[in-house]
Amino acid sequence: MLSLQQSMKNIMNWIDARLPVTETYEKHMSKYYAPKNTNFWYLMGVLATVVLVNQLLTGIWLTMSYVPTADGAFASIEYIMRDVNYGWMLRYMHSTGASAFFLVVYLHMFRGLMYGSYQKPRELVWIIGMVIFVALMAEGFLGYLLPWGNMSFWAGQVIVSLAGAVPIVGDGLATWVRGDFNISGITLNRFFALHVVLVPMLLLVLVFLHIVALHEVGSNNPDGIDIKKNTDEQGKPLDGIPFHPYLTLGHDLPAIVAFFFIFSIVMFYFPDGGGYLIEAPNYEKANPLKTPDLIAPVWYYTPFYSMLRAATFPFLGLDAKFWGLVVMAGAIFLPAVLPWLDRSKVKSIRYKGLASKVFLAVFVVAFFILGYLGVQHPTPLKTFIAQICTAIYFSYFLLMPWYTAAEKTKKVPDRVQMR
Amino acid sequence: MRILVFLFLMVPSCILAAGSSAPIPLDSVAPDLSDKASLQRGARTYVNYCLGCHAMKYQRFQRVAEDLGISQETMMANFVFDPSKKFGSHMENSMSVENAKQWFGNVPPDLTLYTKLKGGPDYFYTYMRSFYEDSTRPFGVNNLLYENVGMPHPLVHLQGVQRKVCKNVPKIAKNGGEMRDPLSGESIIEERCGDDLLVRGISPLSLVEGSGELSADSYDGLIYDLTNFLYYSGDPSRLERERLGGFVLLFLAFFYVFAWLLGREYLKEFH
Repeated sequence: MLSLQQSMKNIMNWIDARLPVTETYEKHMSKYYAPKNTNFWYLMGVLATVVLVNQLLTGIWLTMSYVPTADGAFASIEYIMRDVNYGWMLRYMHSTGASAFFLVVYLHMFRGLMYGSYQKPRELVWIIGMVIFVALMAEGFLGYLLPWGNMSFWAGQVIVSLAGAVPIVGDGLATWVRGDFNISGITLNRFFALHVVLVPMLLLVLVFLHIVALHEVGSNNPDGIDIKKNTDEQGKPLDGIPFHPYLTLGHDLPAIVAFFFIFSIVMFYFPDGGGYLIEAPNYEKANPLKTPDLIAPVWYYTPFYSMLRAATFPFLGLDAKFWGLVVMAGAIFLPAVLPWLDRSKVKSIRYKGLASKVFLAVFVVAFFILGYLGVQHPTPLKTFIAQICTAIYFSYFLLMPWYTAAEKTKKVPDRVQMR
Repeated sequence: MRILVFLFLMVPSCILAAGSSAPIPLDSVAPDLSDKASLQRGARTYVNYCLGCHAMKYQRFQRVAEDLGISQETMMANFVFDPSKKFGSHMENSMSVENAKQWFGNVPPDLTLYTKLKGGPDYFYTYMRSFYEDSTRPFGVNNLLYENVGMPHPLVHLQGVQRKVCKNVPKIAKNGGEMRDPLSGESIIEERCGDDLLVRGISPLSLVEGSGELSADSYDGLIYDLTNFLYYSGDPSRLERERLGGFVLLFLAFFYVFAWLLGREYLKEFH
């Protein structure tokens, strides 16, 4: 009689002859060599994946009780909050998860800026990542309308009306997006379909591509050194370590537990986030006749919203609103071409010159200021500050070909530095 | 690491930027969801005085009874006045939209989520104590917090009549301090009214003694209970959520120790 081990092996052989399970597992997990010197910033990718799973699972269960109609949506959220067993938990996990998603994705992107993760040969990893970011913004916006609260309605109204700023086709375009002349139950229906079917499917495909592309070229690290250059006799990178189990259990598991700890503090004790995660006007059903005092997007859109509002004057015969749209779209898409803007010989900020460090620091500060201004009533002074910060945001990218080429860089060591 | 510290310092500064634009400062109130007696009294006041106009249509009688420790018999006998309503019914009222518009100009808002909508319980607590006599208004009352509100004061017989009055207050010198008599050192008193008092942070309202059935303190207590009940109804799972959260955090902290110890074994291979 065959031993259990032997029969398991036979089963795996049978499967592997038909589907490359073991090969795929080895390529992406047990024989995928990741750099040894990755730090805190390299945890954001796995955390983003964890949050994605959280959003998908809680989203599926929320869909079971949610009613996607203008009459029923708001009441169905309260039904979930009160009558569905642990419905409040599903809802708060989903709403807190949305903010957590953007938090880790922003940190993940900042890591890329810091360590030059977008540089050759990782251009496609970066571009796919940027497409994920745009899809995520769309997903968040679509989902924000679904509770059918008053802020949902008015934020939807403001953002969709931006399409109306496009010359000639604008009004028609906005009507086409809404499916109505105003945000209505029809809009809610289609946003629901896009939020729960189309965009999540897109996100899954994109995340899959992001990881496949990453594993093809290998992970970057804080030194920006290619670990494949230093290998032992068997061709294993000397500065690398198998992703599983060393990084998954050594770094990732404790990080995921710590992340859930922080997540749980917010979710169980501050689910409204002081009105920044769930805004107070959203505790009232959508009312087309009652505009909230201040229409502000959720925190993760506010830097871009500030840039939208920073365009205040007409240009080339087109009105300011259109240019605001152009500035915002430019701000969102511009980072995608970073691989071709950075002319530095080195990847990591550790070895770049002073100019790169100063530009990155000022860029981050400007981004925070823009985020803060996005939830404020505009005043002439605040708009002026937003304009300055918008200029800083763009100059970080657009001046990069010059300051990265001109600055004096430090010598990159041959082997990674364990700090 | 320096960048991390920077980020953690930046984020709260953005969060602290929240502000409100109420015409008078709100009196802060600390709700206590574990005080079942207070919540029961609040529920009683609500169904007796508020529910006729202000529905609580996302909340069920049954849920209130279970959470507040009220038996089904007591609930049905003393809290549910509409014979068509069952124990599991939502707390709706029978006022039609047409009548409401005719009587008040608008449908009185549903109050299930009111404390959430107002960003906390302080607004409601202050509002219910800010009615004053105003013969120019259709219901004879106005409200400091919500100017020209289209609502009568339903508890006026309990609170009594408040009037907007002038008060004798210390005179303020140009340097911002109280003006004092140079000889005696006593504050110089002047009469101030209405908005002048509000600017100084003093309520311009004064209760007509003996006009209400309750003392000022008892009325504040009644409104506290009612506020507490509305705070509860805005998020009835709050107590359960916070209780459960404690266990989840304890478990995660416990799990982290072992995840960290396991991780440490693997990290040894790095060097």
